Amino acid sequence: MKLKLTTLALGAVLAAGPALAELVFPDLSYRTGPYAAGGIPFSDGYNDYFTLLNERDGGIGGAPIRVVECETGYNTEKGVECYESTKGEGALIYQPLSTGITYQLIPKATADGIPMHTMGYGRTSAKNGEVFSHVFNYPANYWDGASGVVNYLLEINDGDIKGKKLALVYHNSAYGKEPIRTLEELSKKHGFELILLPVDHPGQEQKSQWLQIRRDRPDYVTMWGWGVMNQVAVQEAANIRFPMENFIGVWWSGAEHDVLPAGDAANGYKAVTFHNVGRDFPIYEDLQTHVVDTGKAAGAGDQLGNVLYNRGLYAAMLAAEAAKKAQEIHGTPDITPAMMRDGMEALEITEERMAELGMPNFGPTFAVSCENHGGPGLVGVAQWDAGSKTWSLVSDFKPTDGEVIGALIAEDSAAYAAENNIEPQCK
Amino acid sequence: MLYREAGDFNTSYPQDSQTFPIRFDRYRYYVVLAFAFLVVPFLINDYWANAILLPFLIYAIAAIGLNILTGYCGQVSLGTGGFMAVGAYACYKLMTAMPEVSMFVHVILAGGITALVGVLFGLPSLRIKGFYLAVATLAAQFFLVWLFNRVPWFYNYSASGQINAPERDTFGILITGPNAPAWATYLFCLIFLAASALIARNLTRGTMGRSWMAIRDMDIAAEIIGVNPLRAKLSAFAVSSFFVGISGALFFSVYLGAVEVGEAFGINKSFLVLFMVIIGGLGSIFGSFAGAAFLVLLPVALKVVGVDMMGWPTDIVAHFQLVIVGALIVLFLIVEPHGLAQLWRLAKEKLRLWPFPH
Repeated sequence: MKLKLTTLALGAVLAAGPALAELVFPDLSYRTGPYAAGGIPFSDGYNDYFTLLNERDGGIGGAPIRVVECETGYNTEKGVECYESTKGEGALIYQPLSTGITYQLIPKATADGIPMHTMGYGRTSAKNGEVFSHVFNYPANYWDGASGVVNYLLEINDGDIKGKKLALVYHNSAYGKEPIRTLEELSKKHGFELILLPVDHPGQEQKSQWLQIRRDRPDYVTMWGWGVMNQVAVQEAANIRFPMENFIGVWWSGAEHDVLPAGDAANGYKAVTFHNVGRDFPIYEDLQTHVVDTGKAAGAGDQLGNVLYNRGLYAAMLAAEAAKKAQEIHGTPDITPAMMRDGMEALEITEERMAELGMPNFGPTFAVSCENHGGPGLVGVAQWDAGSKTWSLVSDFKPTDGEVIGALIAEDSAAYAAENNIEPQCK
Repeated sequence: MLYREAGDFNTSYPQDSQTFPIRFDRYRYYVVLAFAFLVVPFLINDYWANAILLPFLIYAIAAIGLNILTGYCGQVSLGTGGFMAVGAYACYKLMTAMPEVSMFVHVILAGGITALVGVLFGLPSLRIKGFYLAVATLAAQFFLVWLFNRVPWFYNYSASGQINAPERDTFGILITGPNAPAWATYLFCLIFLAASALIARNLTRGTMGRSWMAIRDMDIAAEIIGVNPLRAKLSAFAVSSFFVGISGALFFSVYLGAVEVGEAFGINKSFLVLFMVIIGGLGSIFGSFAGAAFLVLLPVALKVVGVDMMGWPTDIVAHFQLVIVGALIVLFLIVEPHGLAQLWRLAKEKLRLWPFPH
């Protein structure tokens, strides 16, 4: 009975899919609420890239692209509503830009056979493609981020951080708790002391955490923050005169709107990143002529060049490349979510390809495989210059501690597989 | 016109005091019930189940629970979100500890555990009233959320602090997890809602409900005529928390499947359920349904009209939603402070006397 109904439902979805000769990319965005500051530039970048492909190339492989936007407000209930309302339109890939919604959608999307790409967020152990067949988190994940922070500290301390104190200021949610396990392992390995400071949603109230930082005097502070929490933290750090160059955020805590409110006091703040920053790429000329000048830019069109806009572009570029790959593999421009998944698993990003797309050195080069859905996990560090109001890379993309992270990923994904009776899918 | 009551006489006390004394109402009630149980499961798809019907059914149970406490017993509570969290986490612990037991048992046990917690947090109500009690229940809300965030035992030591509903069934039919069919999850929640409404309706018109209402209307007078405030208030807390706990368990296990306590059961949830009760109508079971339907359906309806039909930008529609829902709440409170239930009651009176209502 159950099987029959599932097949029926699946049949209905599949029957509805191919009727449309267009590629549907849902955009589960949030342009309202306390996290909108991060949601808007990402969504604008995501939309604009697809608009560019439509305007300049007529879509991907001849098939036009349709982006269906749905407002989630970073709220899981609305996220579910958005997922259900868009999946019937033949959605090829979901990128919810929210770890909470990702956790929600992993089992649902896997059951529906629709791939998810959670770039630099979501469930870290999804890197293990054996267990998470439809979830991808290339090119880097949270644990790479945590390890990248520690590696950077090692780099600037000549490889020895024994006895140093590192404080983690984190959003008290699934998202913020993700790096803790890795940092704990790394603190054992490298002998630094870890202080955990949770900040509750939405994160405007951080006085006590920063008082604690002033009292404990950690050598470095790292942050897993998002939305308004970031700018409050930077301001609070400035208030207690914490040296900014010792304050390193994750990639979700390192955009213009996070540091601008603190003004000059934010000078020197750092953040790890897995893609390049700034607008010094040929693709921006195309965006200007095909998207901005024709008045087709998403949102207010004022986010071009922002860190998170670049991330949105990058996410859309990876999705479009995967779709192209899927078209090549299956020899049809009209791909289904199942084909899209194959394309993502066979995705290979090379330096030549990025240069061809007008995004040279935009991100690391990597290849996805059935076992490894997470890419190489290369992490760089960017620093804010309050004078010129720009981010710039101060440390190039470098490998993270694969030994520690690999073990943790194996452990966590094995637990998930056991909980849900999943057989390894790679042969 | 709609109501033809000619020949509709009650000849015994049970007939006179039944829930729907008018024959037309009674038949309509049977038709709605039959439609919900026998027709909808065959028409339902994932979108209708997960985006509209499940939240409506689950919030209606929560609203019935809060209505018992606030509407019938007069004890203002802002701890609904916290009590829903108790139900959700109790259900999670039971589901993972005893995988072979039916989901029905887990959900009912989760309600029972929440009832115990509710009684515990109801104790202050014996000494404090009104706004002060609201503040005490607010403390319960924050304490419970903090507790579930803080103590890893509650979330089985998972790295992210999230709880995920594993696949569980009842009578061999999957109820939770991604492969659960839409009709099964819908029917499962519908059974709980129908049972809750039936129990609540019968409790509120029996001895217990009368003692609650006596306490609500004037507690000193109630005490003088022999209502024991300790029993009345604590039983109201227990029954209310039982329903709220069931709704929390369903909310987590059947509807969302993965929950993060601060986000899903924060203070916003308490206010949302309280708004449902106020808009629907305090002290009315039908009001709980109406309030839940109003606050679940309106945002979806506005989204469908704004984004899908008119093609407006999503953020504008999201902002408009806040404005429209807010304005409607204010409008309702001004025009009809007794909520949608009272509007329906008035409309019915007029329909019965139609074409010449007075």
